[in-house]
Amino acid sequence: MAVGRYGGRPDDPSGAPAPVNNASSAPATDIAVPTYRSTGLLPSRPTAFDVHAVRADFPILSTTVRGKPLVYLDNAATSQKPRSVIEAMVRFYTEENANIHRGVHYLSEHATEAYEAVRGKVARFIGAGSPREIVFTRGATEAINLVAQSYAASVLRPGDEVLITGMEHHSNIVPWQLICGRVGARLKAVPITDTGELDADAFDRLLSDRTRLVAVVHLSNALGTINPVTELIARAHARGVPVLVDGAQSAPHLAVDVAAMGCDFFVFSGHKIFGPTGIGVLYGRESLLEAMPPWQGGGDMIASVTLERSTWAAVPSKFEAGTPPIAEVIGLGAALEYVESIGLEAIAAWEGELLRRATDQVSTIAGVRLVGRARHKAGVLSFVVDGVHPHDVGAILDDDGVAVRAGHHCAQPVMERLGVPATARASFAFYNTAQEIDALVRGIQRVREVFGS
Amino acid sequence: MTALNDLYQSVILDHNRSPQNYRAMPDANRQAEGHNPLCGDRVHVWLRLEGDSIQDVSFQGSGCAISKASASLMTAAVKGRTKSEALELFDRFHQLVTGRLAPEKGETLGKLAVFSGVSQFPIRVKCASLSWHAMKTALDQPGETVSTE
Repeated sequence: MAVGRYGGRPDDPSGAPAPVNNASSAPATDIAVPTYRSTGLLPSRPTAFDVHAVRADFPILSTTVRGKPLVYLDNAATSQKPRSVIEAMVRFYTEENANIHRGVHYLSEHATEAYEAVRGKVARFIGAGSPREIVFTRGATEAINLVAQSYAASVLRPGDEVLITGMEHHSNIVPWQLICGRVGARLKAVPITDTGELDADAFDRLLSDRTRLVAVVHLSNALGTINPVTELIARAHARGVPVLVDGAQSAPHLAVDVAAMGCDFFVFSGHKIFGPTGIGVLYGRESLLEAMPPWQGGGDMIASVTLERSTWAAVPSKFEAGTPPIAEVIGLGAALEYVESIGLEAIAAWEGELLRRATDQVSTIAGVRLVGRARHKAGVLSFVVDGVHPHDVGAILDDDGVAVRAGHHCAQPVMERLGVPATARASFAFYNTAQEIDALVRGIQRVREVFGS
Repeated sequence: MTALNDLYQSVILDHNRSPQNYRAMPDANRQAEGHNPLCGDRVHVWLRLEGDSIQDVSFQGSGCAISKASASLMTAAVKGRTKSEALELFDRFHQLVTGRLAPEKGETLGKLAVFSGVSQFPIRVKCASLSWHAMKTALDQPGETVSTE
């Protein structure tokens, strides 16, 4: 096979080893080599996707666990951080730390500027019309709770409906249960098929005159399914129903353009997009954010306060009570810059290659079943090994330094629907290599040896 | 012997594949459910207690090899024992899997000693002790669900 098929450096044969399995399971060969977006930031990098150069940006990827090189395939749980993110946060605390939006001194002004600059960066990154449409939250979970407690709480009446799907993460189920329970509204869910796709006909049937909001995951964390959100949004809008898209998994792996998608709310987390924990984003259509009541009260979200009453700051400050996680916002900005320097098209192409290779090889192992076989997938391979509990699969892989998730992936309804108590899940990022997929395959074969299955 | 071989000893793999006392017990007079919300493991333990003596014990549930084998060996270990003997055994077993049991006491655990490897995997302690917690709950507060969280 041609060296460089997986983007390895032509002078480094180890960058593209022969597949573990026989030739029949080798991935397709006619994959266009992804190229960097020409940002001019990385002049020394070759045009082919150089995974080894990318890996050098992530200090943790050269560590060992249990005496073996770390093979990190748990990216859907959280991603690793490039040096630029770590250094941006260290630099902030070392040289720039101050509170924002209040000080008249140099550091405060500088910190405020840096913080607000990230808001603009986020807006550009997801194609929002204005930085005013970007609210910083603690994570995707908090962003969904904000919409539930502010938007949904003010529009839902008894008997109204919120429509979600059967493949949501618990974070896009429980906030709706809480608010529906409080106001006497009903929560309905679009069922999924055996392969893990949304039942599109059922979506149309369940969208009713009582539906006040649709909340749908863009890319399923448990199955890797990519939902046709643009189409779903168009159908919901045709009936006047706004849509929230949970982009916790999609933002790091697919190019997102909220304007083209047409969604009314979009949420994602910093830590899954190579940034820090404790920071997330709510994109909201400006007219909706304007009309929504505040969620939490405190400093920074007010225009004026007397002991009797207060008035609110303009959006998005209205939704950012208290001192925000400033260093985390700075880190998120560095993460988005890093992702842009590689380009989401290149990322999606490389991860697609990894997923194809993993799917081809894992599905040829006897006694192994893939869970989630949607036509449009990204970055996630969920599987079960006959007669072996996923936790045991995870423990044996871990012994080889291969980190995967084992369990219900905070998506218990998905597991129940597909008839498995849990799965093992390998999830990829652009810094994963073909060799790491091979290590996963060898690990699964060892599981079968240990358990004699 | 690697830590992994230590964890997955053949006795454990055998009991995972063919667990003992894996059945419901219609004439049980004590029962409890063990649940580990972290991983979704569930085990239901039935006991027939006559006076102070555990006449019969059985279990059903789903979970990893460690939790299933542990439940199987637990039933074999406490059957025929008194309530206080069973609780004392749990105490020693818990010391074993958390690495706090003096080596000379290991022999007193009989077959349960195969779980010594668990102490090198702190996250699996809950797997190994889930059925024991359920057994203890059945003895102390029959009918309860016990969580290992």
